[in-house]
Amino acid sequence: MNGQTSSSPQFVLKTEDLVLYFRTTKGVVQAVDHVDFELPEGRAVVVIGESGCGKSSFAKAVLRLLPRNVAVYSGRVYLDGEDIMALDDEEFRLRIRWAKMSLVPQAAMNALNPVLRVSDQVAEPLLIHDSTFSKAEALDRVREMFRYVGVPESFLHRYPFELSGGMRQRVAIAMALITQPRLIILDEPTSALDVLTQANIMNVLKKIKWETGTSYMLITHDVATSSELADEVAVMYAGQMVENADADVFFKEPLHPYARMLMAAVPKLRGDEDLEFIPGQPPSLLNPPTGCRFAARCPFRFEKCDEDPPMFLVDGRKVKCWLFEKDAQGVYGGAAARAENPA
Amino acid sequence: MATMTQTSPAGASTQTDAPLLSVRNLKVWYELRKWGFGLAGYVKAVDNVTFDLHQGEAIAIVGESGCGKSSLMKAILGLVRPHDGQILFQGQDIFAGGRQGLRWYRSQVGYVQQDPFGALPPFMSVRRILEEPLILVGVKDREERLARIREVMEEVKLSPPEDFLNKFPHMLSGGQQQRVVIARAMIRNPKLMVADEPVSMLDASVRVEILKLLRQIQEEHNLAVIYITHDLSTVRYFSERIFVMYAGKVIEKAPTDELLWHPQHPYTLALLNAISDPDAANARKLREVPPGEPPSLVTPPPGCRFHPRCKYAIQGECDVNEPPEFEPRPQHFAACWLYDERYGQQRAALEADKPW
Repeated sequence: MNGQTSSSPQFVLKTEDLVLYFRTTKGVVQAVDHVDFELPEGRAVVVIGESGCGKSSFAKAVLRLLPRNVAVYSGRVYLDGEDIMALDDEEFRLRIRWAKMSLVPQAAMNALNPVLRVSDQVAEPLLIHDSTFSKAEALDRVREMFRYVGVPESFLHRYPFELSGGMRQRVAIAMALITQPRLIILDEPTSALDVLTQANIMNVLKKIKWETGTSYMLITHDVATSSELADEVAVMYAGQMVENADADVFFKEPLHPYARMLMAAVPKLRGDEDLEFIPGQPPSLLNPPTGCRFAARCPFRFEKCDEDPPMFLVDGRKVKCWLFEKDAQGVYGGAAARAENPA
Repeated sequence: MATMTQTSPAGASTQTDAPLLSVRNLKVWYELRKWGFGLAGYVKAVDNVTFDLHQGEAIAIVGESGCGKSSLMKAILGLVRPHDGQILFQGQDIFAGGRQGLRWYRSQVGYVQQDPFGALPPFMSVRRILEEPLILVGVKDREERLARIREVMEEVKLSPPEDFLNKFPHMLSGGQQQRVVIARAMIRNPKLMVADEPVSMLDASVRVEILKLLRQIQEEHNLAVIYITHDLSTVRYFSERIFVMYAGKVIEKAPTDELLWHPQHPYTLALLNAISDPDAANARKLREVPPGEPPSLVTPPPGCRFHPRCKYAIQGECDVNEPPEFEPRPQHFAACWLYDERYGQQRAALEADKPW
């Protein structure tokens, strides 16, 4: 779709040691804490976690949509192999944001400008980022995008209030698609919608992915719906990435104790298993505990958990948990802790 | 009347006696005015709904936004006057007793709102929020009020109560806010609880906790509960019967498991098919969704209101005549022409579409 850059574009998005801290009156909030993350081309990753785990902040850090109270913003972000952290704000705005990476914001249905016709809003990114487009050509592209996401053409010149929630959501997706970006970040795209509308939007996103090979990053707390789009799953907890795995293996058997408990809390339509909840609350990001941040709520906790665990590689999956440390004999650590608590 | 009565454990198990709440041919219609006067028609938000609810029973009302479930709820809470039909509480029409009667009725009904933060006044402490309903029913003694508040807070697991009494809503997490809302609903020992999407604004892990808490409270107090939701995946954990609403009508009623395993109405089937259980295979297939959107409630389509979106619709029947209620399986009612004995063939097509 877009021209490839010189360095190996194996990963559409790659972050190294990404940090985003906010300054508040109570202290520094460590919203995104040293996150390493890779997204291969044409894949969709879902970032799941409870509210306040830093998943939306992670998206903001990648898109460099920063509020004023940033305390620390550091690390590396690579888009198609290009280090986009090195760009200045103006260049980032011109070349990256919405040209190569776009966003469907949280509650996108309310994110549209109420006093502009939807066609003008959807065309705007194209007119700004690509000066070769005339207004008429841009409108043709808008029409094409509307067909794509399933908005009737007669809605082109309506105002947002004349559309239903599902239609507005589609318009927001059309706006994210119009510049044919490499990566679309979707922040809770369906959480405010009805089930049928939700299924419809997911169908639209799937079709776009299959037909254009666009990569997605879907940020959500709705684990069940996230499986509609996921090739990979990344679990965030208290500002850190704690597990990153292929969707096929993750939905069968998550490894990190937090991910396991999160999955056990997802209501299933049928079946008899009892739901479980995770006791306690996530730690405050103002002053997070040293060591593993989930330790206080973890049934598998053992001595080692007082130290901060690194990311361990287990059969190609990444898990930030001491249970998956192998010793010299290749035996996993925390065997005693596991034995006491067979999962 | 002003004193607080404990729910009597007697009659707890006997469901055969008179229903606690009885809704008869209820119509909630909103007037549409032209130029501010002249009647231009009605928005028929709830059209001819009838059901009984017994002490100790939990029902779920499921439907998409705009299907009329909130209007039904408002009528049951006594917040809107029905256009026609009756709501009987313990055999008495709730609107017959005037302001006094309505006031008493509302003390018998607890209401759990959808958005806990929006439902709690930001300038009141938890203590003040919970005290107010007691002052309104005339509990004069401060200590008595406080004792009751402590009791309820322990019950919703806001313990120790002292840690929360002087906090304001913004100082609490979403789960704690919802517990305060539940405590407020329970403080006058109601007989009926109406819960409007009580967990939809909460995180997955907290959601389960709150659902379990509600279930526990319901069982302990033998409460009748009306649980309103659009999310069929949580109803199994909470209710005995499900009513499915579409465009102002109840189109299917059945016991919970019966409905989840043997949906009879095409709309219910579509709803169930649209819900995902976490499974990586979901990403590789498209979901079948009925086309279009729910109809306007001002001029609903003739015949069955779902027929324009229904792939099993029978020409000359579904688009002309309103379907009566059939009982295709015991205790399972569906308002759909497919269950008329003349249409066995069309019914087979629906049966073939059940993927499990």
